[in-house]
Formats: sequence, C-alpha cells, structure tokens
Amino acid sequence: MLDAITTLFAPGHALGLLALSPPGWGGTLVTGLIATMEIAFGAYAVGLAIGICGAFGKLYGGEVTRDLFALYTTVVRAVPELVEILFLYYAVPSIVNEILLNAGFGRIAMPPLLVGTIVLGVVLGAYMTEVLRGAILAVPHGQIEAARAYGMSSLLLARRITFPQMMSNAIPGMANLWLNCTKDTALLAVIGFSELTLNTKQAAGTTKAYFLFFVAAMVIYMCISMISGRFFAVLERWARRGQRKIERGGI
Amino acid sequence: MPAAATQGAAPPQRPDAIRIENLHKSFGPLEVLKGVSLTAREGDVVAIIGGSGSGKSTMLRCINFLETPTSGKIVIGNEEIALRPDGTPASRKQIEQCRRRLGMVFQSFNLWSHKTVLENLIEVPVHVLGVPKAEAIERAEKLLARVGLSEKAGVYPAFMSGGQQQRAAIARALAIEPRAMLFDEPTSALDPELVGEVLNVIRGLADEGRTMILVTHEMKFAREVSSHVIYLHNGVIEEEGPPEALFGDPKSERLKQFIKSVG
Repeated sequence: MLDAITTLFAPGHALGLLALSPPGWGGTLVTGLIATMEIAFGAYAVGLAIGICGAFGKLYGGEVTRDLFALYTTVVRAVPELVEILFLYYAVPSIVNEILLNAGFGRIAMPPLLVGTIVLGVVLGAYMTEVLRGAILAVPHGQIEAARAYGMSSLLLARRITFPQMMSNAIPGMANLWLNCTKDTALLAVIGFSELTLNTKQAAGTTKAYFLFFVAAMVIYMCISMISGRFFAVLERWARRGQRKIERGGI
Repeated sequence: MPAAATQGAAPPQRPDAIRIENLHKSFGPLEVLKGVSLTAREGDVVAIIGGSGSGKSTMLRCINFLETPTSGKIVIGNEEIALRPDGTPASRKQIEQCRRRLGMVFQSFNLWSHKTVLENLIEVPVHVLGVPKAEAIERAEKLLARVGLSEKAGVYPAFMSGGQQQRAAIARALAIEPRAMLFDEPTSALDPELVGEVLNVIRGLADEGRTMILVTHEMKFAREVSSHVIYLHNGVIEEEGPPEALFGDPKSERLKQFIKSVG
C-alpha cells in the first residue's frame, strides 16, 4: 500500500510533480500552506481581540468610544479588502518613509507577513465587532440582572456570565469569519506574499501543470474548511451546554 | 452572619434590616412611586400587595438598585446608600457591597443557564464573596437538600420544572447567607400545581425568622406568613398594617375592592 503511494508520487508518474522534494513542487505548496495558516491564525487573533473590545465598547462605552468604533466598523466594512491591503502596503510606507527621510532617518520596508496579519485582522475585527455585539444583545436580560443583583462587578459579570452566554450565539458567525479569513489570505498574493495561492500559481506556471496544481490547492483549501468545521461544531456543542435541543415537529 | 434572628424577642428592640423613606421613582414622565416608605426589622416578613402597575415590583427592585430611585432614602442595615441629587447611587462599590447581603429571587427564576444547579449555588459565594470552593460546595449541598433538590445538583436549569428552578433560585439566594431576602412575585410564572412546593419553601424561611420582603399575588399566603402587609395603589401606600387587620378589616374602599377581586 505504502509502496503503491510512493510510486504514484515518484518522478515521471502522474502525481510526481506534487512530490515534497524537487523536482516535485509539493514542498512549495506546503510552505505556502504554512504561510497561509500563519496569516490566518494571526489575523483571527487580532480580529478577535478587536472584536471583543469593539463589541463591549459599542455597547457599554462612553460616547466617544462608541463613535470611534462606529466609524471604524463603517469605514473598514465599506472599502474592499484588496484596496485596504494595497493601501497599507504601498501608500502607508511611502508616507512614513517620506517623513522618516525628512527627519534624517533611513527608510523602512513593510514586511508582507506583518502587513497581511494587520490588514486582515483589522478588517476581520470590524465584522467580529458586529457578530459579538449581536451575540451579547441576545443574552437574556434576566441572566445579567441576576448577576447584578448579587453584587457582581462589571468585569466579573462580563467574564463569568455575559461572555460564556454569548458564545453560543456568536459561534456560527465566528465560524463564518474564520472561513472567510482563511480564504482572504489569498488576496495577499497581490503584494507578492508567498502564501498557498501564489505558490500554487508559481508551481503551475513553471511546470505548465495548471490543472493538477490548482486542483491540489482547492483540495487543500477544502481540507482546511472541513477540519475547521469539525472544530467549530465541537466548540458550539460545548458552548450550548445547558440548552435544550430544539425539538422538531409540528408544521 | 447569623442565619436567623430568634423570634419572640421583644419586637421594638430588633434592629432595622431595611428601611425605605419617601421613595420616588419615575420612568420618563410616568411617576410609578410617589413617596413610599417601609421599615423591615430583622425577622420581619413584609408582604407588598397591589394590582398590576401599582409599583410593587419597582419598589422592591429599588431596594437593591435594580431600579434607580428618582429620590428618597434607602438604608440597608445601618448603612445609608449615598445618593446623588438625581437619585443615582454615588458609589458603585457601596451598591455592590449591599447587594451581596440581599438574596434576590425573581419571578422568572433567572438561574444562569450555562451552569448546573450546584454551579449556580456556588457562583456568588466563590467568585464574589471569596468562600473557599470546597466549603461553598458543602454548604450548597445542604441547601439543595433543604429545598428537596439533592438529585438535581448536576442538572442544567433548562431541564427542570419551573417549581424546581424556583426552589433552586431560592437556594442560590440562601447560599450568600443573606441578611434579608427579596422575593419578586416568586410564584407568578409557575403552573398552578407547582406553586405549592415553592410557597412551602418560603414558608419554611419565614418560620425560621428570616427577614423577607415579598411581592406577591398570593393573598392567602401573604396573610399567612407576613408580619406586615403593604397595599400599594398607583404608587402610593393606600393602607398598611398587620395581616389580620388588613385582610380581616380593610379600611379603604380600594383595598376592599382589591381583596374581593383577587378572592
């Protein structure tokens, strides 16, 4: 069995081009996959942190906090992500460098990994803010009132009651955002960041085996999505502990 | 904190547990409470009765500031809650401290749905009052036995009947070893056949001399357990006194009507 698989990926065979070591291009795809996942995890962490602050800020913050977060979610969600990536990668450094040069310093280059993580994270944060805000609003008021009535401080209440209760409402939306996030990493190909899509294009272009490599990339993206789906299903079951299943029946 | 003051001590000497003076509360242009006062000494069971919209729940909820009074004075134990001129509490800390001594029981139970019954009972003792977990669990188990829910310790609230949930909620209130209990229509959300089991638990608490303020529609029960009854109408105390006098010989026409209408 193992022999059969090894032969299949040997040079000259049907899938030989996908072998991990040269002349196969499998290694390039794996490198791309790792970069993609790095960005996705990084951006999701950034987005989640912004989202938590944003949701609580929008709901319980002062007027200024609320306005700032409203401005942020409005602007970020209105502009195409591709434009935002190009803006942060080309436009921002050019201005920063002009300032630095005038002040007598050297120029800086934006590392693509950092730009990718920040841009996707900031974009994700805007959507996450709204997902979490909706989830918090869906927590029954009596649950929060009971915590207040027993003298919980705001912070304790958020941590022990609001946060765990909103999770079951938030997880479907959060799972959507994660999938978007993994796929949006492909946009970073435009700034020459070697993630899965750009590496696939390279491999395909060099070998002319376009069909093989793009199918391989699609399979990899599918796998990410399916594994994530499993993970979020488990997470949701945990977050829904204590809730009754909705009985089907009637019309 | 002692669980109960002994009954039978000479009434006037018992210290005040909760005192409300000239309390006003408005929701926008609507004045719900128009200057009500109440004193509950330790061991008193004060029942607040009245029609819907009379302001009785609001009055109770002002005691632990789930509603912010518009003006008035609230004293818990011998601590007066400091209020700003607009009635809002001056110190969040003080409110939180006072709330930790008042066991609130809600009409709709409001057990935390993501926690089991036992977790509901130890949540406040452990995370707010700093009781060691093992001790809190031990105490919680005793309380569950007392309200007849020992088997339900590991069950989530959604899987219990309303009566069981309300008994668990009462145990949660007892778990903080409160100085007084506040009941906000504790049986109004229950199916008729489940009302009895909850009233029995509350009656037991009254019998052991706990201080309680009880908003209720159960007239028979109010008459039976309370030491003092307040009849509220349109945000004003229309009549008050010991239950025998209030129910047996109502003075005001409105109270007569009310007693007749609720049977």
